[in-house]
Amino acid sequence: MEQSRLPGPLGRAGQFMVAPASRRKFIRYAGISGLAATVLAGCVKAVSNFKGDGKGPTNSVALPSGDVGILNFAYALEQLEAAFYTIVIADPYENIPSLELSRLTDIRDHEIAHREFFKTVLGTAAIQELSFNFTTVDFSSRDSVLATAKTFEDVGVSAYNGAGSLLVSPTYLGLAGKIVSVEARHAAYLRNLITPGSFADMTVVNGNGLDLDRTPLQVLTLAQPFITETIDGSALPHA
Amino acid sequence: MNFFNLFDEIETKDPEGYEELNNRRDLLRKFTGKAGKIALTALPFAVGSLFQKAYAGAGPSTTTVLGILNYALTLEYLEQEFYYTGLQEPHLIPTGAEYAVFNTIRTHEKEHVAFLQTTIKSLGGTPVNSPKFDYSAGSGSGNGPLADVFTNYETFLAVAQVLEDTGVRAYKGQAPALVQGGPLLTAALDIHSVEARHASAIRQLRYDRAFATVKPWITLGDPGISSAFNSNYGGEQNTIQAGSQIVDINGFNIDDEAASEAFDEPLSSTRVLALVKPFLAQ
Repeated sequence: MEQSRLPGPLGRAGQFMVAPASRRKFIRYAGISGLAATVLAGCVKAVSNFKGDGKGPTNSVALPSGDVGILNFAYALEQLEAAFYTIVIADPYENIPSLELSRLTDIRDHEIAHREFFKTVLGTAAIQELSFNFTTVDFSSRDSVLATAKTFEDVGVSAYNGAGSLLVSPTYLGLAGKIVSVEARHAAYLRNLITPGSFADMTVVNGNGLDLDRTPLQVLTLAQPFITETIDGSALPHA
Repeated sequence: MNFFNLFDEIETKDPEGYEELNNRRDLLRKFTGKAGKIALTALPFAVGSLFQKAYAGAGPSTTTVLGILNYALTLEYLEQEFYYTGLQEPHLIPTGAEYAVFNTIRTHEKEHVAFLQTTIKSLGGTPVNSPKFDYSAGSGSGNGPLADVFTNYETFLAVAQVLEDTGVRAYKGQAPALVQGGPLLTAALDIHSVEARHASAIRQLRYDRAFATVKPWITLGDPGISSAFNSNYGGEQNTIQAGSQIVDINGFNIDDEAASEAFDEPLSSTRVLALVKPFLAQ
Protein backbone atom coordinates (compact mmCIF):
# COMPACT_ATOMS: atom_id res chain seq x y z
CA MET A 1 0.00 0.00 0.00
CA GLU A 2 2.76 2.32 0.83
CA GLN A 3 4.12 2.06 -2.69
CA SER A 4 0.92 3.61 -4.02
CA ARG A 5 1.81 6.85 -2.29
CA LEU A 6 4.92 7.22 -4.34
CA PRO A 7 4.54 9.57 -7.27
CA GLY A 8 4.17 7.36 -10.24
CA PRO A 9 5.94 5.89 -11.91
CA LEU A 10 9.07 7.68 -10.77
CA GLY A 11 9.82 11.31 -10.28
CA ARG A 12 12.42 13.17 -12.21
CA ALA A 13 15.12 12.19 -9.77
CA GLY A 14 13.82 8.67 -9.58
CA GLN A 15 17.05 7.26 -8.27
CA PHE A 16 16.04 8.55 -4.86
CA MET A 17 12.57 7.10 -4.94
CA VAL A 18 13.39 3.45 -4.65
CA ALA A 19 14.11 3.38 -0.95
CA PRO A 20 12.40 0.31 0.54
CA ALA A 21 9.75 0.95 3.15
CA SER A 22 11.98 -0.10 5.99
CA ARG A 23 14.61 2.38 4.97
CA ARG A 24 12.05 5.10 4.56
CA LYS A 25 10.79 4.46 8.06
CA PHE A 26 14.32 4.62 9.27
CA ILE A 27 14.70 7.94 7.53
CA ARG A 28 11.54 9.21 9.13
CA TYR A 29 12.29 8.10 12.65
CA ALA A 30 16.02 8.31 12.84
CA GLY A 31 16.25 11.42 10.72
CA ILE A 32 19.20 10.24 8.70
CA SER A 33 19.27 11.41 5.13
CA GLY A 34 19.28 8.96 2.28
CA LEU A 35 22.33 10.48 0.74
CA ALA A 36 25.48 8.57 0.06
CA ALA A 37 28.07 8.05 2.72
CA THR A 38 30.34 10.96 3.29
CA VAL A 39 33.25 11.32 0.97
CA LEU A 40 36.25 13.38 1.80
CA ALA A 41 37.25 15.53 -1.08
CA GLY A 42 39.91 17.91 -2.13
CA CYS A 43 41.77 20.32 0.03
CA VAL A 44 39.14 20.57 2.72
CA LYS A 45 39.96 19.58 6.24
CA ALA A 46 37.63 17.10 7.79
CA VAL A 47 38.90 16.06 11.14
CA SER A 48 37.57 13.67 13.66
CA ASN A 49 37.45 15.15 17.11
CA PHE A 50 36.84 13.37 20.32
CA LYS A 51 34.88 15.75 22.44
CA GLY A 52 35.53 13.90 25.68
CA ASP A 53 31.94 14.47 26.72
CA GLY A 54 30.91 10.86 26.38
CA LYS A 55 29.08 11.46 23.10
CA GLY A 56 31.83 10.05 20.96
CA PRO A 57 33.66 11.44 17.96
CA THR A 58 32.15 14.21 15.86
CA ASN A 59 33.23 15.20 12.39
CA SER A 60 34.07 18.80 11.85
CA VAL A 61 34.05 20.41 8.43
CA ALA A 62 35.99 23.64 8.01
CA LEU A 63 34.83 26.03 5.33
CA PRO A 64 37.81 27.66 3.62
CA SER A 65 38.48 31.38 3.30
CA GLY A 66 37.76 33.65 0.34
CA ASP A 67 35.26 33.14 -2.45
CA VAL A 68 35.81 29.38 -2.28
CA GLY A 69 34.65 29.52 1.32
CA ILE A 70 31.46 31.38 0.39
CA LEU A 71 30.77 28.97 -2.47
CA ASN A 72 31.24 26.03 -0.11
CA PHE A 73 28.92 27.72 2.37
CA ALA A 74 26.30 27.87 -0.40
CA TYR A 75 27.10 24.27 -1.34
CA ALA A 76 26.44 23.16 2.26
CA LEU A 77 23.06 24.94 2.29
CA GLU A 78 22.06 23.47 -1.06
CA GLN A 79 23.04 20.01 0.21
CA LEU A 80 20.74 20.58 3.18
CA GLU A 81 17.81 21.70 1.03
CA ALA A 82 18.27 18.97 -1.58
CA ALA A 83 18.47 16.26 1.11
CA PHE A 84 15.32 17.56 2.75
CA TYR A 85 13.20 17.67 -0.42
CA THR A 86 14.56 14.31 -1.54
CA ILE A 87 13.05 12.74 1.58
CA VAL A 88 9.82 14.73 1.16
CA ILE A 89 9.32 13.47 -2.39
CA ALA A 90 10.48 9.91 -1.71
CA ASP A 91 7.60 9.47 0.71
CA PRO A 92 5.17 12.40 0.56
CA TYR A 93 2.80 13.25 3.38
CA GLU A 94 -0.70 11.73 3.31
CA ASN A 95 -3.16 13.01 0.72
CA ILE A 96 -0.76 15.44 -0.83
CA PRO A 97 -2.62 17.25 -3.64
CA SER A 98 -1.11 16.50 -7.05
CA LEU A 99 -0.29 20.15 -7.74
CA GLU A 100 1.57 20.43 -4.43
CA LEU A 101 3.50 17.25 -5.19
CA SER A 102 4.37 18.59 -8.63
CA ARG A 103 5.60 21.92 -7.27
CA LEU A 104 7.59 20.29 -4.45
CA THR A 105 9.13 17.92 -6.98
CA ASP A 106 10.18 20.92 -9.05
CA ILE A 107 11.73 22.49 -5.96
CA ARG A 108 13.59 19.27 -5.15
CA ASP A 109 14.98 19.20 -8.68
CA HIS A 110 16.03 22.86 -8.48
CA GLU A 111 17.87 22.23 -5.21
CA ILE A 112 19.59 19.13 -6.59
CA ALA A 113 20.61 21.19 -9.62
CA HIS A 114 22.03 23.88 -7.31
CA ARG A 115 23.86 21.34 -5.17
CA GLU A 116 25.40 19.55 -8.12
CA PHE A 117 26.25 22.83 -9.79
CA PHE A 118 28.28 23.98 -6.77
CA LYS A 119 29.91 20.58 -6.48
CA THR A 120 30.95 20.81 -10.13
CA VAL A 121 32.14 24.41 -9.95
CA LEU A 122 34.16 23.75 -6.81
CA GLY A 123 35.72 20.52 -8.05
CA THR A 124 38.47 19.40 -5.73
CA ALA A 125 37.88 22.46 -3.53
CA ALA A 126 34.42 21.20 -2.56
CA ILE A 127 33.71 20.16 0.99
CA GLN A 128 32.55 16.63 1.62
CA GLU A 129 28.99 15.43 1.16
CA LEU A 130 27.32 16.21 4.46
CA SER A 131 24.86 14.09 6.38
CA PHE A 132 21.75 15.47 7.96
CA ASN A 133 19.59 15.18 11.02
CA PHE A 134 15.91 15.81 10.38
CA THR A 135 14.63 14.31 13.64
CA THR A 136 12.69 17.51 14.37
CA VAL A 137 10.75 17.13 11.11
CA ASP A 138 7.66 14.93 10.90
CA PHE A 139 7.71 13.95 7.25
CA SER A 140 4.20 12.48 7.51
CA SER A 141 2.82 15.88 8.48
CA ARG A 142 2.05 18.52 5.86
CA ASP A 143 2.36 21.28 8.45
CA SER A 144 5.77 20.10 9.60
CA VAL A 145 7.12 19.63 6.08
CA LEU A 146 5.88 22.98 4.76
CA ALA A 147 7.00 24.90 7.83
CA THR A 148 10.48 23.41 7.52
CA ALA A 149 10.58 24.08 3.79
CA LYS A 150 9.54 27.70 4.32
CA THR A 151 12.26 28.16 6.92
CA PHE A 152 14.91 26.65 4.67
CA GLU A 153 13.92 28.86 1.74
CA ASP A 154 13.67 32.09 3.74
CA VAL A 155 17.00 31.37 5.41
CA GLY A 156 18.49 30.49 2.04
CA VAL A 157 17.39 33.83 0.59
CA SER A 158 18.84 35.71 3.55
CA ALA A 159 22.06 33.69 3.27
CA TYR A 160 22.65 34.60 -0.38
CA ASN A 161 21.64 38.20 0.26
CA GLY A 162 24.10 38.45 3.14
CA ALA A 163 26.95 36.61 1.46
CA GLY A 164 26.86 38.53 -1.82
CA SER A 165 28.90 41.45 -0.54
CA LEU A 166 31.59 39.06 0.72
CA LEU A 167 32.37 37.76 -2.77
CA VAL A 168 35.27 39.27 -4.66
CA SER A 169 34.52 37.75 -8.06
CA PRO A 170 31.77 39.48 -10.06
CA THR A 171 31.21 36.19 -11.89
CA TYR A 172 30.44 34.30 -8.69
CA LEU A 173 28.26 37.17 -7.52
CA GLY A 174 26.31 36.92 -10.77
CA LEU A 175 25.90 33.16 -10.34
CA ALA A 176 24.70 33.56 -6.76
CA GLY A 177 22.21 36.12 -8.05
CA LYS A 178 20.80 33.58 -10.50
CA ILE A 179 20.09 31.19 -7.64
CA VAL A 180 18.82 33.51 -4.91
CA SER A 181 15.82 34.73 -6.88
CA VAL A 182 14.76 31.14 -7.49
CA GLU A 183 14.98 30.49 -3.75
CA ALA A 184 12.81 33.58 -3.23
CA ARG A 185 10.27 32.21 -5.72
CA HIS A 186 10.21 28.97 -3.71
CA ALA A 187 9.82 30.86 -0.43
CA ALA A 188 6.91 32.90 -1.76
CA TYR A 189 5.18 29.78 -3.07
CA LEU A 190 5.58 27.87 0.19
CA ARG A 191 4.50 30.84 2.28
CA ASN A 192 1.31 31.23 0.25
CA LEU A 193 0.63 27.50 0.62
CA ILE A 194 0.80 27.85 4.39
CA THR A 195 -0.89 31.25 4.70
CA PRO A 196 -2.30 32.85 1.55
CA GLY A 197 -0.92 36.34 1.08
CA SER A 198 2.17 35.82 3.26
CA PHE A 199 4.60 35.58 0.31
CA ALA A 200 6.50 38.69 1.43
CA ASP A 201 5.08 39.60 4.81
CA MET A 202 6.64 41.70 7.55
CA THR A 203 8.53 38.74 9.01
CA VAL A 204 10.82 38.80 5.96
CA VAL A 205 10.45 42.25 4.37
CA ASN A 206 11.18 45.41 6.37
CA GLY A 207 9.77 48.93 6.15
CA ASN A 208 12.20 49.85 3.37
CA GLY A 209 10.89 46.99 1.25
CA LEU A 210 14.11 45.03 1.80
CA ASP A 211 14.29 41.26 2.24
CA LEU A 212 16.25 39.75 5.12
CA ASP A 213 20.00 39.31 4.89
CA ARG A 214 22.11 37.30 7.29
CA THR A 215 25.83 36.82 7.75
CA PRO A 216 27.17 33.32 7.03
CA LEU A 217 27.77 32.74 10.73
CA GLN A 218 24.18 33.70 11.57
CA VAL A 219 22.98 31.29 8.90
CA LEU A 220 25.25 28.47 10.10
CA THR A 221 23.85 28.85 13.60
CA LEU A 222 20.36 28.28 12.17
CA ALA A 223 21.42 25.41 9.89
CA GLN A 224 23.72 23.54 12.28
CA PRO A 225 20.95 21.67 14.17
CA PHE A 226 20.09 19.90 10.88
CA ILE A 227 23.67 18.99 9.99
CA THR A 228 25.42 16.00 11.56
CA GLU A 229 28.93 17.36 11.04
CA THR A 230 30.01 20.49 12.86
CA ILE A 231 30.47 23.25 10.29
CA ASP A 232 33.31 25.59 11.12
CA GLY A 233 32.79 28.92 9.38
CA SER A 234 35.51 30.82 11.23
CA ALA A 235 37.71 31.20 8.14
CA LEU A 236 34.92 32.63 5.98
CA PRO A 237 35.25 36.24 4.88
CA HIS A 238 33.30 38.79 6.88
CA ALA A 239 32.50 42.47 6.59
CA MET B 1 18.08 65.19 -13.81
CA ASN B 2 16.33 64.53 -17.05
CA PHE B 3 15.13 61.01 -17.52
CA PHE B 4 16.34 60.73 -21.09
CA ASN B 5 19.76 61.95 -20.11
CA LEU B 6 19.83 58.97 -17.81
CA PHE B 7 19.20 56.71 -20.76
CA ASP B 8 22.12 58.22 -22.61
CA GLU B 9 24.30 57.99 -19.56
CA ILE B 10 23.53 54.36 -18.97
CA GLU B 11 23.89 53.40 -22.57
CA THR B 12 27.23 55.09 -22.97
CA LYS B 13 28.59 54.18 -19.57
CA ASP B 14 27.40 50.58 -19.65
CA PRO B 15 27.17 49.84 -15.93
CA GLU B 16 27.85 46.20 -16.69
CA GLY B 17 31.41 47.11 -17.46
CA TYR B 18 32.56 46.39 -13.94
CA GLU B 19 36.10 46.49 -15.19
CA GLU B 20 35.59 50.24 -15.20
CA LEU B 21 38.29 51.87 -13.13
CA ASN B 22 37.37 52.37 -9.52
CA ASN B 23 37.41 56.00 -8.64
CA ARG B 24 38.45 55.94 -5.01
CA ARG B 25 39.03 59.62 -4.58
CA ASP B 26 35.57 60.41 -5.88
CA LEU B 27 33.86 58.58 -3.07
CA LEU B 28 36.42 59.65 -0.53
CA ARG B 29 35.74 63.30 -1.27
CA LYS B 30 32.03 62.75 -0.72
CA PHE B 31 32.59 61.73 2.86
CA THR B 32 35.26 64.17 3.92
CA GLY B 33 33.52 67.47 3.25
CA LYS B 34 30.73 68.99 5.30
CA ALA B 35 28.14 67.83 2.83
CA GLY B 36 29.37 64.31 3.30
CA LYS B 37 28.87 64.41 7.03
CA ILE B 38 25.29 65.49 6.56
CA ALA B 39 24.75 62.78 4.02
CA LEU B 40 26.03 60.14 6.41
CA THR B 41 23.31 60.85 8.94
CA ALA B 42 20.66 60.73 6.23
CA LEU B 43 21.67 57.32 4.93
CA PRO B 44 19.06 54.66 5.58
CA PHE B 45 21.72 52.08 6.38
CA ALA B 46 25.26 52.01 7.62
CA VAL B 47 27.58 53.36 4.98
CA GLY B 48 30.71 52.85 7.04
CA SER B 49 31.88 49.70 5.36
CA LEU B 50 31.24 51.11 1.90
CA PHE B 51 33.48 53.99 2.83
CA GLN B 52 36.15 51.64 4.11
CA LYS B 53 35.94 49.50 1.00
CA ALA B 54 36.34 52.56 -1.15
CA TYR B 55 39.33 53.61 0.87
CA ALA B 56 40.84 50.18 0.39
CA GLY B 57 40.39 50.45 -3.34
CA ALA B 58 37.70 47.82 -3.82
CA GLY B 59 34.07 48.28 -4.77
CA PRO B 60 32.25 50.39 -7.34
CA SER B 61 32.81 54.11 -7.87
CA THR B 62 30.15 56.59 -6.77
CA THR B 63 29.43 57.37 -10.41
CA THR B 64 28.71 53.72 -11.11
CA VAL B 65 26.58 53.38 -7.99
CA LEU B 66 24.51 56.49 -8.73
CA GLY B 67 23.93 55.40 -12.33
CA ILE B 68 22.66 52.03 -11.19
CA LEU B 69 20.53 53.46 -8.39
CA ASN B 70 18.81 55.93 -10.74
CA TYR B 71 18.25 53.14 -13.25
CA ALA B 72 16.68 51.04 -10.48
CA LEU B 73 14.63 54.02 -9.30
CA THR B 74 13.20 54.45 -12.80
CA LEU B 75 12.09 50.82 -12.88
CA GLU B 76 10.56 51.17 -9.42
CA TYR B 77 8.60 54.23 -10.57
CA LEU B 78 7.30 52.15 -13.46
CA GLU B 79 6.13 49.40 -11.11
CA GLN B 80 4.82 51.63 -8.35
CA GLU B 81 2.57 53.70 -10.59
CA PHE B 82 1.33 50.60 -12.41
CA TYR B 83 0.03 49.07 -9.19
CA TYR B 84 -1.22 52.39 -7.85
CA THR B 85 -3.29 52.91 -11.01
CA GLY B 86 -4.56 49.34 -10.99
CA LEU B 87 -5.59 49.48 -7.35
CA GLN B 88 -7.54 52.70 -8.02
CA GLU B 89 -9.66 51.07 -10.73
CA PRO B 90 -12.91 50.08 -9.04
CA HIS B 91 -13.66 46.88 -10.96
CA LEU B 92 -10.24 45.63 -12.02
CA ILE B 93 -8.71 43.59 -9.20
CA PRO B 94 -11.07 41.22 -7.34
CA THR B 95 -11.64 42.45 -3.81
CA GLY B 96 -10.33 40.36 -0.95
CA ALA B 97 -7.24 38.18 -1.15
CA GLU B 98 -6.13 39.24 -4.62
CA TYR B 99 -6.53 42.92 -3.86
CA ALA B 100 -4.45 42.39 -0.73
CA VAL B 101 -1.66 40.77 -2.76
CA PHE B 102 -1.39 43.78 -5.05
CA ASN B 103 -1.65 46.18 -2.15
CA THR B 104 1.32 44.43 -0.50
CA ILE B 105 3.31 44.59 -3.71
CA ARG B 106 2.47 48.23 -4.31
CA THR B 107 3.56 49.09 -0.76
CA HIS B 108 6.94 47.47 -1.37
CA GLU B 109 7.44 49.30 -4.67
CA LYS B 110 6.63 52.59 -2.96
CA GLU B 111 9.13 51.75 -0.23
CA HIS B 112 11.76 50.92 -2.85
CA VAL B 113 11.20 54.30 -4.51
CA ALA B 114 11.63 56.14 -1.20
CA PHE B 115 14.64 54.04 -0.21
CA LEU B 116 16.42 54.60 -3.51
CA GLN B 117 15.68 58.34 -3.51
CA THR B 118 17.08 58.70 0.00
CA THR B 119 20.13 56.63 -0.80
CA ILE B 120 20.90 58.59 -3.97
CA LYS B 121 20.66 61.88 -2.06
CA SER B 122 22.83 60.47 0.71
CA LEU B 123 25.55 59.76 -1.82
CA GLY B 124 25.39 63.32 -3.13
CA GLY B 125 23.43 62.42 -6.24
CA THR B 126 20.13 63.66 -7.61
CA PRO B 127 17.26 61.20 -7.93
CA VAL B 128 15.73 61.17 -11.40
CA ASN B 129 12.14 62.36 -11.66
CA SER B 130 9.48 59.88 -12.59
CA PRO B 131 8.78 59.80 -16.32
CA LYS B 132 5.18 59.75 -17.54
CA PHE B 133 4.09 56.22 -18.31
CA ASP B 134 1.84 54.67 -20.91
CA TYR B 135 0.92 51.19 -19.69
CA SER B 136 -0.79 50.37 -22.97
CA ALA B 137 2.77 50.12 -24.32
CA GLY B 138 1.84 52.76 -26.87
CA SER B 139 4.72 55.19 -26.26
CA GLY B 140 2.27 57.85 -25.14
CA SER B 141 -0.60 57.16 -27.51
CA GLY B 142 -2.52 55.40 -24.75
CA ASN B 143 -3.68 52.99 -27.39
CA GLY B 144 -0.89 50.44 -27.58
CA PRO B 145 -1.22 46.64 -27.72
CA LEU B 146 -2.05 46.57 -23.99
CA ALA B 147 -4.82 49.16 -24.22
CA ASP B 148 -7.11 47.14 -21.93
CA VAL B 149 -4.49 46.81 -19.17
CA PHE B 150 -6.63 48.62 -16.60
CA THR B 151 -9.98 47.24 -17.73
CA ASN B 152 -9.12 43.58 -18.32
CA TYR B 153 -7.76 41.83 -15.23
CA GLU B 154 -6.01 39.16 -17.26
CA THR B 155 -4.03 41.78 -19.16
CA PHE B 156 -3.23 43.52 -15.89
CA LEU B 157 -1.98 40.24 -14.38
CA ALA B 158 0.12 39.49 -17.45
CA VAL B 159 1.78 42.91 -17.37
CA ALA B 160 2.35 42.58 -13.63
CA GLN B 161 4.12 39.27 -14.17
CA VAL B 162 6.27 40.71 -16.92
CA LEU B 163 7.18 43.79 -14.88
CA GLU B 164 8.24 41.68 -11.89
CA ASP B 165 10.11 39.01 -13.85
CA THR B 166 11.89 41.72 -15.84
CA GLY B 167 12.60 43.70 -12.67
CA VAL B 168 14.30 40.64 -11.18
CA ARG B 169 16.39 40.32 -14.32
CA ALA B 170 17.28 44.01 -14.28
CA TYR B 171 18.56 43.99 -10.67
CA LYS B 172 20.41 40.74 -11.32
CA GLY B 173 22.07 42.30 -14.34
CA GLN B 174 23.56 45.08 -12.21
CA ALA B 175 24.82 42.97 -9.30
CA PRO B 176 28.26 42.22 -10.81
CA ALA B 177 28.89 45.95 -11.30
CA LEU B 178 28.29 46.44 -7.57
CA VAL B 179 30.70 43.70 -6.51
CA GLN B 180 32.34 44.50 -3.17
CA GLY B 181 29.82 47.29 -2.79
CA GLY B 182 29.20 46.55 0.88
CA PRO B 183 25.80 47.58 2.30
CA LEU B 184 24.76 49.12 -1.02
CA LEU B 185 25.15 45.80 -2.79
CA THR B 186 23.36 44.02 0.05
CA ALA B 187 20.45 46.47 -0.20
CA ALA B 188 20.22 45.90 -3.95
CA LEU B 189 20.18 42.14 -3.37
CA ASP B 190 17.52 42.58 -0.67
CA ILE B 191 15.29 44.42 -3.17
CA HIS B 192 16.05 41.86 -5.88
CA SER B 193 14.72 38.94 -3.84
CA VAL B 194 11.58 40.87 -2.86
CA GLU B 195 10.86 41.40 -6.56
CA ALA B 196 11.28 37.65 -7.05
CA ARG B 197 8.77 36.98 -4.26
CA HIS B 198 6.34 39.31 -6.05
CA ALA B 199 6.90 37.55 -9.36
CA SER B 200 6.22 34.18 -7.73
CA ALA B 201 2.99 35.43 -6.10
CA ILE B 202 1.68 36.94 -9.35
CA ARG B 203 2.52 33.79 -11.26
CA GLN B 204 0.54 31.80 -8.68
CA LEU B 205 -2.46 34.08 -9.29
CA ARG B 206 -2.13 33.55 -13.03
CA TYR B 207 -1.98 29.78 -12.59
CA ASP B 208 -5.16 29.96 -10.53
CA ARG B 209 -6.85 31.72 -13.45
CA ALA B 210 -6.32 28.70 -15.68
CA PHE B 211 -2.93 29.50 -17.11
CA ALA B 212 -1.83 25.97 -16.44
CA THR B 213 1.67 26.33 -17.82
CA VAL B 214 2.58 29.21 -15.52
CA LYS B 215 4.53 28.15 -12.46
CA PRO B 216 5.97 30.36 -9.69
CA TRP B 217 9.31 29.97 -11.51
CA ILE B 218 10.24 30.60 -15.14
CA THR B 219 10.18 27.53 -17.38
CA LEU B 220 12.34 27.50 -20.52
CA GLY B 221 11.85 31.20 -21.20
CA ASP B 222 8.15 30.70 -21.89
CA PRO B 223 6.29 33.88 -20.87
CA GLY B 224 3.05 31.92 -20.58
CA ILE B 225 1.34 35.01 -21.95
CA SER B 226 1.81 35.82 -25.59
CA SER B 227 4.72 35.97 -27.94
CA ALA B 228 4.63 39.76 -27.54
CA PHE B 229 6.62 39.26 -24.36
CA ASN B 230 9.14 36.77 -25.70
CA SER B 231 11.96 39.28 -25.54
CA ASN B 232 11.34 39.85 -21.83
CA TYR B 233 12.14 36.18 -21.34
CA GLY B 234 14.84 35.71 -23.93
CA GLY B 235 17.76 33.83 -22.40
CA GLU B 236 15.72 32.32 -19.54
CA GLN B 237 15.76 28.99 -21.39
CA ASN B 238 19.47 28.70 -20.64
CA THR B 239 20.53 25.42 -19.03
CA ILE B 240 24.30 25.93 -19.05
CA GLN B 241 25.79 27.64 -16.00
CA ALA B 242 29.46 28.57 -15.76
CA GLY B 243 30.14 26.11 -18.55
CA SER B 244 28.31 23.21 -16.89
CA GLN B 245 25.23 21.63 -18.44
CA ILE B 246 22.62 21.44 -15.69
CA VAL B 247 20.43 18.91 -17.54
CA ASP B 248 21.22 15.51 -16.00
CA ILE B 249 24.13 17.05 -14.12
CA ASN B 250 26.39 14.47 -12.45
CA GLY B 251 23.95 11.70 -13.39
CA PHE B 252 20.96 13.19 -11.57
CA ASN B 253 17.74 13.13 -13.53
CA ILE B 254 17.25 16.88 -14.05
CA ASP B 255 15.23 17.62 -17.18
CA ASP B 256 15.57 20.74 -19.29
CA GLU B 257 12.55 22.41 -17.70
CA ALA B 258 13.91 22.04 -14.17
CA ALA B 259 17.40 22.99 -15.33
CA SER B 260 16.10 26.26 -16.77
CA GLU B 261 13.85 26.98 -13.79
CA ALA B 262 16.65 26.47 -11.26
CA PHE B 263 18.53 29.56 -12.46
CA ASP B 264 17.06 32.97 -13.25
CA GLU B 265 18.94 34.94 -15.88
CA PRO B 266 20.10 38.57 -15.86
CA LEU B 267 19.34 41.26 -18.43
CA SER B 268 21.60 44.12 -19.47
CA SER B 269 20.41 47.68 -18.94
CA THR B 270 20.40 48.18 -22.70
CA ARG B 271 17.94 45.34 -23.17
CA VAL B 272 15.80 46.38 -20.19
CA LEU B 273 15.56 49.96 -21.42
CA ALA B 274 14.53 48.76 -24.87
CA LEU B 275 11.78 46.69 -23.26
CA VAL B 276 10.64 49.62 -21.12
CA LYS B 277 10.59 52.14 -23.94
CA PRO B 278 7.02 51.49 -25.19
CA PHE B 279 5.81 52.18 -21.64
CA LEU B 280 7.21 55.69 -21.70
CA ALA B 281 4.96 58.56 -22.75
CA GLN B 282 7.33 60.90 -24.50
